[in-house]
Amino acid sequence: MFETVIGLEVHVQLNTKTKLFCSCPTSFAEHQNINTCPTCLALPGALPVVNREAVIKAMRFGYAVNATVNHISNFDRKSYFYPDSPSAYQITQLYRAVVQNGELFIDLDNGTKKRIGITQAHLEADAGKNIHDGDISKVDLNRAGTPLMEIVSEPDMRSASEAVAYLKKLHSTVRYLDISDANMQEGSFRCDVNVSIRPKGQKEFGTRVEIKNINSFKFVASAINYEVQRQIEAYEDGIYKDEVIQETRLWDTDRGVTKSMRGKEEAADYRYFPDPDLRPLVVTDEMIEEAKKMPELPDAKVKRYIEELKIKRVDALIICSDKELAQFFEEMLSRGASAKTSVNWLTTELLGRLNKSGYSIIDSPVSGKKLGELVSKIDSGAINGKGAKDILDVLMEEDRDIDELIESMGLAQISDDRAILEIIDNILSKNQDKVEEYRGGKVKLIGFFVGQVMKASRGSANPQKVNQLLRERLK
Amino acid sequence: MITLKEALRKSREELDRLRLEIEEKARESNLNAYIDFSKSGDGVPILIKDNIQVKDWTITSGSKILQGYIAPYNATVIENLKANGLSPFGRANMDEFAMGSTTESSYYGVTKNPYGEDRVAGGSSGGSASAVAGGIAICALGSDTGGSIRQPASYCGCVGMKPTYGRVSRYGLASYASSLDQIGPITQNVEDSAILYDIISSYDPKDSTSSNLELIPTAKNLNPDRKLKIAVIDNYIREASSDVQNTYKIAIEALKSEGHTIIHKEMTNTKYDIASYYIIATAEATTNLARYDGIRYGSRVEGDNLQETYLNSRNQFGDEVKRRILLGNFVLSSGFYDAYYLKAQKVRHIIRDEFNKIFKEADLILSPVAPTVAPKIGSFKDPLEMYKSDMFTISINLAGLPAISLPISRDSEGMPIGLQLIGNLFSEQTLFDGAMSLERAVNYI
Repeated sequence: MFETVIGLEVHVQLNTKTKLFCSCPTSFAEHQNINTCPTCLALPGALPVVNREAVIKAMRFGYAVNATVNHISNFDRKSYFYPDSPSAYQITQLYRAVVQNGELFIDLDNGTKKRIGITQAHLEADAGKNIHDGDISKVDLNRAGTPLMEIVSEPDMRSASEAVAYLKKLHSTVRYLDISDANMQEGSFRCDVNVSIRPKGQKEFGTRVEIKNINSFKFVASAINYEVQRQIEAYEDGIYKDEVIQETRLWDTDRGVTKSMRGKEEAADYRYFPDPDLRPLVVTDEMIEEAKKMPELPDAKVKRYIEELKIKRVDALIICSDKELAQFFEEMLSRGASAKTSVNWLTTELLGRLNKSGYSIIDSPVSGKKLGELVSKIDSGAINGKGAKDILDVLMEEDRDIDELIESMGLAQISDDRAILEIIDNILSKNQDKVEEYRGGKVKLIGFFVGQVMKASRGSANPQKVNQLLRERLK
Repeated sequence: MITLKEALRKSREELDRLRLEIEEKARESNLNAYIDFSKSGDGVPILIKDNIQVKDWTITSGSKILQGYIAPYNATVIENLKANGLSPFGRANMDEFAMGSTTESSYYGVTKNPYGEDRVAGGSSGGSASAVAGGIAICALGSDTGGSIRQPASYCGCVGMKPTYGRVSRYGLASYASSLDQIGPITQNVEDSAILYDIISSYDPKDSTSSNLELIPTAKNLNPDRKLKIAVIDNYIREASSDVQNTYKIAIEALKSEGHTIIHKEMTNTKYDIASYYIIATAEATTNLARYDGIRYGSRVEGDNLQETYLNSRNQFGDEVKRRILLGNFVLSSGFYDAYYLKAQKVRHIIRDEFNKIFKEADLILSPVAPTVAPKIGSFKDPLEMYKSDMFTISINLAGLPAISLPISRDSEGMPIGLQLIGNLFSEQTLFDGAMSLERAVNYI
């Protein structure tokens, strides 16, 4: 039996206004090489100046994961030649990162939590992009110098599902902190996986293989599972030493396999050393104060939902896993909707409809406030569930006034005692024989009476009310 | 040639005439001090070393690889010059990427010494010093990483000053070794040096290594009558030629006659300075020069693939530059970092501490600039021999101190011999005061 050991390196693109070492905007540019300047083009004589906003965002992350935020950290040069790297070295933090020794807790399926250590989170500059166009290659440096935060975990994960849980937790944390858009497809949340195996009980780690180029949670799981299988097979076939070497492999999405990228013998020597253009990064009290201003984070939110709103843990976890979902939920509550009904209408009714029509919560045609309004109508008994579903279907198509829809679709629920009693009395007088049978002990007939009354009201009577009033009348 | 102080008082018309005059004289000169006669503005003309960025000028760091490169922005020092009535006028020859002590490594050929055309002007700011000493520039900017301002000034018989690290912005200076580089003035006398230093020094938010300590103008506060305590490093002088040793004696007597107190000190053998300097400088240089890859600007030599294009383009570097790139890569390579780079940093701290100790007792230190007068062109056969000639200047860069080289006497063949005064960090005023006093006492012509 084997144990899998996984560590993750995640590159998060920070959503700062300007680049990490110059004042070029990080926003989208119409043309290539527009968002550039002498510094990010590495022209002779240009120098880097650290972006304070990026430092604060990295520090905020540090505080959010219970890490040590170093009051003095350093930037280092990592040398390698590639056309998308203008200075032929990347400015990063190797020897002393701004954030060290943090932790993140993942929720396991069995309801317990597991601690995943975060070795460090450091700031570094992104490269540009090479565009291959037939015979020629072009370089676009709009992205060059964009701030990245690389978050390095301890090798604490033991399965693909733990790795994915960690990634999701990290993803939601940076989204909650509003320090990154963290979009995997667009590359603002990139993940490299380090995987090794060892026979259960062995203390030493096996040979670590790095997998790059994975751009979805699903592929992270597939890539790990494939790689673990490959390593185990090599071990069992007695060719572990030859087959599993310390190397970087790429995940091939189409074929569902990992492929060797470069071997050990060609391993790059990055010749790290402290960047002499930058003095040590010193964190001021003012920066600490600013970095500690933090929104409510997922774990705290889950706790509050369970304790104060009395929501089931599993529901709280789902809603809080996504910042936008939690925001949507809280907007519903702000319209007076009850927490209990809101959970169901958000996670089942709305999300179901969104899924079907290919929307996500961010571009939902029905706003949190609108759905909250609808749910509060159910809570008050103004409409019943079936009517509300019909209204929601309409709202998915166009934004309409809910009261108007209730009116025009004839969905107003009769909750007025007198009006319901009128119908009840009418039904009972028409069915005197059944009334006698009921009173004689055939209590199952209550269903028949409710059905008749609902039918007579054309579905608009409040069923709970009907039930209650019928029982009183039949005593 | 009129001094900077005088030139700053000239009318616009007089300056127009002056520029024409200088250009005419410089074009006739055989010194090869000017690379070209680019102009920017109509103020007092100042010669600019070819590694300081002037907007719309071709700026090449004396290298083939930057042929055709046009700087799209001004260095901060250029902005400072322009704001104070000076105008960049001509590019000064230099060793390629400031790597060298003779300007022999320049793509534009060697600059000659105005006191002997078979002699080097020194380097790397050889063009700047030769032009000022040769009467074809009022003043010039140079850059000093290990003596590149002070040594050519000493060889050519003019005044070269390296400010405290962080006093003058490096923004726009093509980096050689970022932690050592500093732009400074090359002038005809000490007063001009102070005037030009005041103009170029500033706190610059664009340079993270720039100092924001308050700047007090030095030129208008110059006082050569201050009585100072000046340390001489006895074991240093023993390593210099007899001509330099004699000059040293002349300077000590001159300082005594001015009423200064001389104290005697010893310092660690200069061989450690040279070793740590060439590790730190080349480590920084190898990364600073990695950007010259032929991809985005400068001269590209195409190959069949990316790797070849890199190799072909970077093969345009001269031998000295290649040698230092190789050395820098070696000392940073995996497994050697601790043995070389880290150890060199420790030596750097020791050197700093030694200076600090001396400055607890002394206001200034008097030291040779170079062990000999300007050597003959082509006489350095072995690069190590050239590296050794930096023995008296590099420790000042390693410690970040300000220093000024000024001419004291000449040898039997008439070649100038300069000495340097070294000040404590940010003590430029004391440095200029002492230098002015020494200048007055030795009365060098």
